[in-house]
Amino acid sequence: MNENYAVPAVALVVVATVFVGAFGLRISRTTSDFYVASRTVGPRLNAAAISGEYLSAASFLGIAGLVLVQGPDMLWYPVGYTAGYLLLLLFVAAPLRRSGAYTLPDFAEARLASQAVRRLAGAFVVGVGWLYLLPQLQGAGLTLAVLTDAPDWAGGVIVAVVVVATVAAGGMRSITFVQAFQYWLKLTALLVPALFLVLAWQGDGASRPVFDEPATFREQRVVRVEDGLDLKLTAPLTVTVTGTVDGRPHQDQVLHLPAGTHHIDAGTRLTFAKGAAVPEADRGTNGGMSTSLAEGREERPLYATYGLILATFLGTMGLPHVVVRFYTSPHGVAARRTTVVVLGLIGAFYLLPPVYGALGRLYAPELALTSDADAAVLLLPDRVIGGLGGDLLGALVAGGAFAAFLSTASGLAMAVAGVLTQDVLPSRGVRHFRLGTVIAMAVPLAASAIVGGLPVADAVGLAFAVSASSFCPLLVLGIWWRRLTPPGAAAGMLVGGGSALLAVAATMAGFPGTGALHALLAWPALWSVPLGFLTMVLVSLATPGRVPAGTAAILARFHLPEELSGAHGGHGGHGLGGPARTEVTRT
Amino acid sequence: MSGFLAGLCVAVLPLLAAGFWLGRRTARPERLGGLGTPVEHATFETLHTASLAAPPLRAGLTEETAGRSARRLRTLLGTDALCLTDQKSVLVWDGVGEHHRAEIMERLAGPLETGRGEAFRLTCDAPDCPLRWAVVAPLTVDDRVHGALVACAPRESAVLVRAAGEVARWVSVQLELADLDQSRTRLIEAEIKALRAQISPHFIFNSLAVIASFVRTDPERARELLLEFADFTRYSFRRHGDFTTLADELHAIDHYLALVRARFGDRLSVTLQIAPEVLPVALPFLCLQPLVENAVKHGLEGKGASAGRSRISITAQDAGAEALVVIEDDGVGMDPVLLRRILAGEVSPSGGIGLSNVDDRLRQVYGDDHGLVIETALGAGMKITARLPKYQPGVHSAGRLFEN
Repeated sequence: MNENYAVPAVALVVVATVFVGAFGLRISRTTSDFYVASRTVGPRLNAAAISGEYLSAASFLGIAGLVLVQGPDMLWYPVGYTAGYLLLLLFVAAPLRRSGAYTLPDFAEARLASQAVRRLAGAFVVGVGWLYLLPQLQGAGLTLAVLTDAPDWAGGVIVAVVVVATVAAGGMRSITFVQAFQYWLKLTALLVPALFLVLAWQGDGASRPVFDEPATFREQRVVRVEDGLDLKLTAPLTVTVTGTVDGRPHQDQVLHLPAGTHHIDAGTRLTFAKGAAVPEADRGTNGGMSTSLAEGREERPLYATYGLILATFLGTMGLPHVVVRFYTSPHGVAARRTTVVVLGLIGAFYLLPPVYGALGRLYAPELALTSDADAAVLLLPDRVIGGLGGDLLGALVAGGAFAAFLSTASGLAMAVAGVLTQDVLPSRGVRHFRLGTVIAMAVPLAASAIVGGLPVADAVGLAFAVSASSFCPLLVLGIWWRRLTPPGAAAGMLVGGGSALLAVAATMAGFPGTGALHALLAWPALWSVPLGFLTMVLVSLATPGRVPAGTAAILARFHLPEELSGAHGGHGGHGLGGPARTEVTRT
Repeated sequence: MSGFLAGLCVAVLPLLAAGFWLGRRTARPERLGGLGTPVEHATFETLHTASLAAPPLRAGLTEETAGRSARRLRTLLGTDALCLTDQKSVLVWDGVGEHHRAEIMERLAGPLETGRGEAFRLTCDAPDCPLRWAVVAPLTVDDRVHGALVACAPRESAVLVRAAGEVARWVSVQLELADLDQSRTRLIEAEIKALRAQISPHFIFNSLAVIASFVRTDPERARELLLEFADFTRYSFRRHGDFTTLADELHAIDHYLALVRARFGDRLSVTLQIAPEVLPVALPFLCLQPLVENAVKHGLEGKGASAGRSRISITAQDAGAEALVVIEDDGVGMDPVLLRRILAGEVSPSGGIGLSNVDDRLRQVYGDDHGLVIETALGAGMKITARLPKYQPGVHSAGRLFEN
């Protein structure tokens, strides 16, 4: 790819983000414009902001990569990412807004009046935030490494520095506008190239079913294996090799590999002939750090799919950066409307990544062999269209990808930093918020340097699993069950979320590699979510004396529309809230 | 391998932190073994049990609080059964022989009336029931009998009578403290209500005078101003709820400024810069309008009757978990020393109670680190910053935001 265009595009996105963030609000108004100046954020703008913050590297790059490598089964990812908002809409959005809570720990405190539960929720916010930030930084590193020859860590560092600098300098003051801008930028960055790609594909014949099994090379293609891998061949393969295969060195030799597993050493160049089937790579044995969760999926596809569905459906409501955005809605009804619009916006966006994945299978199948499948979106314009047009479209996609990293990372960094400042660092204040931001970014940045590259969509899936096992029970039971007690909530979060967190840690550390246990640990939501709910319910039932005083009033406030609860406080006079009238007529 | 360790650390650290913190929270004081003689040890144990029984009772005498302290009180007395009653019924029965509930209540009528303790024999048909005697000790707060503590034992014992009396007195003290807590809460509530800013009478006179001056020359303008006045006074006089939203407060400020502009015309220019994210923030009712009023007053004072314009800017920014509201004017300013004394309540300011009242209320609601921050000097204008947390337990706006 031509970095002459991509690097300016990325720089432009960064500058535009900082500019909108810093100056979106600087338009001062005089009192004659009062109603313009103090207009609350409407559902459409807020929805675009939520979508902008939500669509992360996993959505922008990861889904296409997974579809490319593993085919249409992976469509469950975009479905899950979207459907999470349906549950949010049905069960959480309006009551959460009416609770007056800004963050999840605020909600825990508002509902359960317990500092202990508040702090525990804060710890989980930090945990989920860091888990979610990790793939963002890795994705940024990958993007920059693909676009230029920068080392893997450079992109992550750039994103971290930009986010910390803008957040700490107070540059995210008009964050709603920034995030809304990012959504439209991301949509454009995927939509425009996708249109050209589809046109090119049409011009190319377009007759072949995209999800041919297995994928084949359209032309002769040289693949350089960078990490060493095992090829699983189901049929014999003819390939030209420079390097080491099965322990034997070769120099430009044509090899006929029989069916079975073959080990390819790092640095080997494989030249595949036109029409050759793309072999499947097994990355599970080269040290364990970059084990794709696909292993567990291949062994137990049904279990893995259900685990994914549960995690994404229930995890969305507990994402710290999504929850804070609902505070911007002026009231519960607006929060609900916002969620409906979010469903539309996100649904529209998620139509695009699978297109890239499918076209990637046609035009860049060798990505499945290297560890760069996530780069499919970035490479496709160059592969399919080429020339100046390809370069420009590629630059657009690269800019969009950086918008994805920046928006999600800044939202997460602010959410995590908020919790750190409020509940962990000794005193509140602007300076502590800056310190909190630095800590919020430094930890995942360090972790991304140490922990190997899990595919971004998988890594985000793990964050969803932890969120689904800890916050989903807290929110759903907190809003809909009046017998929830502080000990119950704490125990449920600890057991559900804690076990999911341990499973995630084990998975990221490459333990235990394969087998049933691996599947259980790699897709923890299916057992950890029910575990969290069960613990919360049982412990709450066991401690009936600890139901917080005033639970009925709190739940009434969560569920009654604002006009009614306002009238409840003696508002009256507007007809709605007055005492019920009985119609009396003479018979 | 290093990756394995790192991954493990990343995940285990928060858990460890949570565990450490929980442990620290729930840790009991060190076991008292090895500390002093057996007698001292027993004293410590007793004091410890007593201190554990105290917190629930500090919330007053109800079924719930009685239930949570009864077991500890029984440990303290070492009897087979103990019950706590209020004036009418048994609140909790801890230990054996619960079938005596009704009987106890019948026999309590006397002691509850007189407020004097007594011991009586229980009549019982159950052969295996160990309870034969009951010792009644009334619980009194301010010389009024609130209930009774009844300890039941197999035999009559002067020691038990004495001990029950002492424990009852100790419980009574806790209940008195509970009473005190309640009156303190009521006092704070009353204080907040009293502090609720009033609109200044001067403002009403001036507004009406301005409107009157327009009635002949520009009736349409006068009508508009009257409506602004009506809107502003409706907001100021509303009764329900102590809290409002930033959006509502800003609208009230807008009505207020419309009236002020009618009076001072071009001499006042106001700029607004408001982040829409912070409009739903709940805040104490009428706590920004006095600051704007203050800015208007200071701004115009410095300029004299004829001189140039006075500029006021109102900004509300989003700052993480807080909203930052800044109100700035370029007027006469104020001597910082005098201002500090006004805020400390040492001198009463000449005009109105605006600033210190707002400062007091913000501190009442959000805590001492959320008071007003004021930057000023003589002739240098004034900049007032208020930090409003987006969420604070117990702070909810009663009304609904304006629909735009």
